[in-house]
Amino acid sequence: MSLILTPNLVDPDGIYEKLIALHEGRDEADSQRVNARLILTLINHIGDRATILEAIEVAAGGPKG
Amino acid sequence: MTDVRYAHVWRKIGPSPRPAIAVEDIPVVIAGAGPVGLAMALDLGRRGHRVTVLTRLDYIAAGSKAICFSKRSLDILDRLGVGDRMVAKGVTWNVGKVFWKDRPDPVYQFDLLPVKDQKRPAFINIQQYHVEELLIEALAALPNVELRWGHEVRDVAPQDGGVRIDVDAAEGGYAIDARWLIACDGNRSPIRQMLGLDFEGRVFEDNFLIADIRITEDRPAERWFWFDPPFNPGKSALFHRQPDDVWRLDFQLGWNIDRDACLKDENVERYIRAMMGPDVAFEKEWYSIYTFQCRRMARFVHGSVIFAGDSAHLVSPFGARGCNGGFADVDNLGWKLDLVLQGADAALLESYNEEAIITADENILNSTRSTDFLTPKSTMSETFRDAVLELAAEHSFARPLVNSGRLSTAISYPGSGLNTPDEDSWDGGIAPGSPALDAPLGDAWLLDGLGDRFTLLRAGGGDAVDGLDVVDLDAPLALSRYGLEAGGAYLIRPDHYVAARWKAPDAAKIDRALVRAKGGG
Repeated sequence: MSLILTPNLVDPDGIYEKLIALHEGRDEADSQRVNARLILTLINHIGDRATILEAIEVAAGGPKG
Repeated sequence: MTDVRYAHVWRKIGPSPRPAIAVEDIPVVIAGAGPVGLAMALDLGRRGHRVTVLTRLDYIAAGSKAICFSKRSLDILDRLGVGDRMVAKGVTWNVGKVFWKDRPDPVYQFDLLPVKDQKRPAFINIQQYHVEELLIEALAALPNVELRWGHEVRDVAPQDGGVRIDVDAAEGGYAIDARWLIACDGNRSPIRQMLGLDFEGRVFEDNFLIADIRITEDRPAERWFWFDPPFNPGKSALFHRQPDDVWRLDFQLGWNIDRDACLKDENVERYIRAMMGPDVAFEKEWYSIYTFQCRRMARFVHGSVIFAGDSAHLVSPFGARGCNGGFADVDNLGWKLDLVLQGADAALLESYNEEAIITADENILNSTRSTDFLTPKSTMSETFRDAVLELAAEHSFARPLVNSGRLSTAISYPGSGLNTPDEDSWDGGIAPGSPALDAPLGDAWLLDGLGDRFTLLRAGGGDAVDGLDVVDLDAPLALSRYGLEAGGAYLIRPDHYVAARWKAPDAAKIDRALVRAKGGG
């Protein structure tokens, strides 16, 4: 598996809306907390080490950014 | 563990006399009589070599210090003939529990011995002074090993064919011309400093308080670890049982503290009562504050001077990788130095340098990762750490991320030059460079059947093999752990690591693998 960097979401606007809604009414620390929970849950779902490392590199503004 | 303060006398021994001659010739000198130096002397002494141990102290130091001894260390101590006494004295445990904040139930618990049906448990806890006493007792039975108490190495000078050691004793100074000097002289290693050798690494800015106390309450022999408990807010704590009703309590304190004030009895007792309850009845055994570092020497072998244990590598205590890592050094070095003393090419010792550094690096890596989880260095690091702990209580997927110390296990050397790479395809079993696994053989144990020499472990029978001990297996569990079918065989090193394996070996293949495992490949 390698990291997908082309459109892959069935309902991008709806999913983005849910992501923002997750943070409604939370203070910054609590938002950080749920973001961390979300990232950990997603990387476990991906599982593949190489894909996760590629995503970390992209997040850091690396080669594929 | 480094920087343990206020260690005093556990048992007074008194200074050993000065030798009669001014310059002695001794093949092997070991500096340091901690667990690593003593085990090193026992290994080489049992192999028949004349060994002299020099220790600056003329007593066994008090303070529990290293307490967790791993299954792998127990296997090594079995080979050295002291495993049973260690286990009889120690507290056996396999289970660790991790607590978070004020939650009464663990967010995570683990069993450190997933493969059952082995002779030894995952860990025993036993105070370092008990370990030292057991080793000293075993050494007393060897007339070729001499322990010199109160003899301090003053200077070390490499010379042709060995090393000149200047020694100070109560009755005056003298010198030894040694072929080999093994420096097991601890994290501040005077010998390392005399030779001007490096010791690079990372210092962690944190202090931890050890409170070893005697209590008579009956609590389970498990490792309990807390993140951010109400009794030590924002920091960690550990609770662990030792023999003689002694319990190890360990509290993270932070960096900018007044160490002397923190170590006052009334302050330590405030921590103890906060953890154990205000009315707990206890006696003080040993209080200490430690800091730690992760570092190692660039090389462990410097001509005739060989470093082992804390003198060569240091880790944080979370993971019990300090003393257990030192025993791994002893195990790796013993048989190699034995062969060299019998005339083998000293180049074999380069494989000690390589393999012991692999072990040290893995221990440092694991202990650094644990430390970063235990004591997050940034707000976001702490956020992730807390998210892992929170998720671990809810979902199993997060539990492998909980890191309260990755406890010491045997380390493999898959790339070691002593290994003969597989020529057959194996489904399971134990790959070359990994340690042999135990299994029951009737009323006995497989590892007990492996001695101090190279062993051929075979499925089924066969003829005797020159220069090798032979163990023939027929127990189904043992055969399946090794992935062995009739006719197959493993070549096991004297430190019980797999050197080679074959589905259908012949004498020439075995011989080539043996030469290679002895550094001749």
